[in-house]
Amino acid sequence: MTPTHTITATPMLTMFDYDFMRNAFYACTIVGIVAGAVGYFLVLRGETFAGHALAHVGFPGATGAGLVGVSPFFGLTTFTVLAGIGIGLLGERAQRDVAIGIVLSFALGLGLLFLHFYTAFAGQTTNILFGNVLGIDLATVRLLAVLGIALLLILLFIARPLLFASLQPELAEAKGVNLDLVSVLFMIVVALATAEATQIVGVLLVFALMVAPAASAMRLASGTRSGVVLSVLLALVTAWIGLALAYWTDWPTSFWITALGAASYLLSGLKAAKWRLAVV
Amino acid sequence: MNAAMNVIEFDYVTLAHGKRKILSDVSLSVPDGAFVGLLGANGAGKTTLLRAILGLLKPQAGRISVLGREPSRGNPLIGYMPQTRRLPLHSGLTGYDLVLGAAGGHRWGWPVASAAEREAAWQALELAGAAELAQRPLVQLSGGERQRILIAQALIGEPKLLLLDEPLISLDAGHQRAMVDLVRNVSRELGIAVLFCSHEINPLLDAVDSVLYLGNGQAAMGSVDEVITAPVLSRLYNAPIHVLRAEGRIFVMADGVEMECDAHSHDAHTHDHGDAHAHNV
Repeated sequence: MTPTHTITATPMLTMFDYDFMRNAFYACTIVGIVAGAVGYFLVLRGETFAGHALAHVGFPGATGAGLVGVSPFFGLTTFTVLAGIGIGLLGERAQRDVAIGIVLSFALGLGLLFLHFYTAFAGQTTNILFGNVLGIDLATVRLLAVLGIALLLILLFIARPLLFASLQPELAEAKGVNLDLVSVLFMIVVALATAEATQIVGVLLVFALMVAPAASAMRLASGTRSGVVLSVLLALVTAWIGLALAYWTDWPTSFWITALGAASYLLSGLKAAKWRLAVV
Repeated sequence: MNAAMNVIEFDYVTLAHGKRKILSDVSLSVPDGAFVGLLGANGAGKTTLLRAILGLLKPQAGRISVLGREPSRGNPLIGYMPQTRRLPLHSGLTGYDLVLGAAGGHRWGWPVASAAEREAAWQALELAGAAELAQRPLVQLSGGERQRILIAQALIGEPKLLLLDEPLISLDAGHQRAMVDLVRNVSRELGIAVLFCSHEINPLLDAVDSVLYLGNGQAAMGSVDEVITAPVLSRLYNAPIHVLRAEGRIFVMADGVEMECDAHSHDAHTHDHGDAHAHNV
């Protein structure tokens, strides 16, 4: 290597030269697609609180995993899926939100108890609660991809009756849609998507990826198909830009994603209000 | 189906929600092609009766026969218009989207409509006189126009029986008349039997072949003159009822107060959506 060479080709390291950044972008891409698509139906059905709660129920799964010697992600996913089935079976019952809320707080308490027994894990707590996308390895990316494809396939399979049941439950039921089955299958999808989203933004902040892009998309798009597409795009852009901003500012990725989510929801509101004025 | 067949038959049917009996030992029959007004106070069991016919509620006792068979969920020969108007106004959906969604909405898979389903949706929209409205977002339609879209949904797939739960709610007199005429004409044209649920008999007076009046766990069926009488209604309301006729209208009174009018304070836009998401209508 000659000296001249080093002068002309000063190594310009971009964020993509780091393994952890590449993995983070892969993870954000997978989770963006998943959260955007699933989130749209979640908002459409008015079940965003259930999605929020599922993530919390994952917390004791993650902290308890250490006690029985399985990976935190496995523990978290198991808990969210079980809770998803439970919520799905509750259906549209009165007081469902109360029941979910009580289970949610109990779950966080349980997670705390598990931490009490397994103190070695305590350092991970912040990562579980607020996410640590920069710590994702390639094996986890692969796992996210496989799970993501699986849950999108289920979503594809149930999309039509899900849409019908979400828009007009009484009519859908009369037409032969099994509301309970659709509800449970969808909640399993939501549970898997939530588990994926926690890998980026953590248990406490899944709303930022699961709900904010979808709710913004619903305000801006007309019709369900363009709504789902826009929701996925918004979630992807939110996650990508959040990650890039975190790289440049050294602030937490989760902060940027929540900030971008809030901003997109706010802006979509202004835009929608303007359109409404134009219509009137 | 032979000509003498009844589209609906109830033999000593008891319907209940848990321990609460809604209808006890009710027997009735609706002949093929008949236009029946289904009347009764709030909570008298009109919707429950419709759900039993749809196969969504098993009778506690007795036997129900619908189009010659036991009621079964998803019977394509029954068109249904539910009462709850929880229409998704915020998502920019059009009437066509909604009708198409009902055309094959019970099948698994991604919502891509087949040519046959699109054809069926347009046919139903034409029948309901809603083809012109179909491409506009639901949020831009008036109450009467939305009802037409919902009627079109009920007409999907050449039904033999229409179950309409309160199609007149929240409509003004002119739109009520238009709705009744529409249903009357379509049912005559296609020979569809109709169970038309309403709080009030007057908008239906010119259209109905018979009325089915529910109250006090019982049912009375017959012509308007047979059923809307002081003795029959006193039995159904379990209170002394007076029936007055004036200028071609019927007034059902209890203690000097008109019974059927207060029902219209019912707000059709109330929805039990417990969520706080984008209701930017």
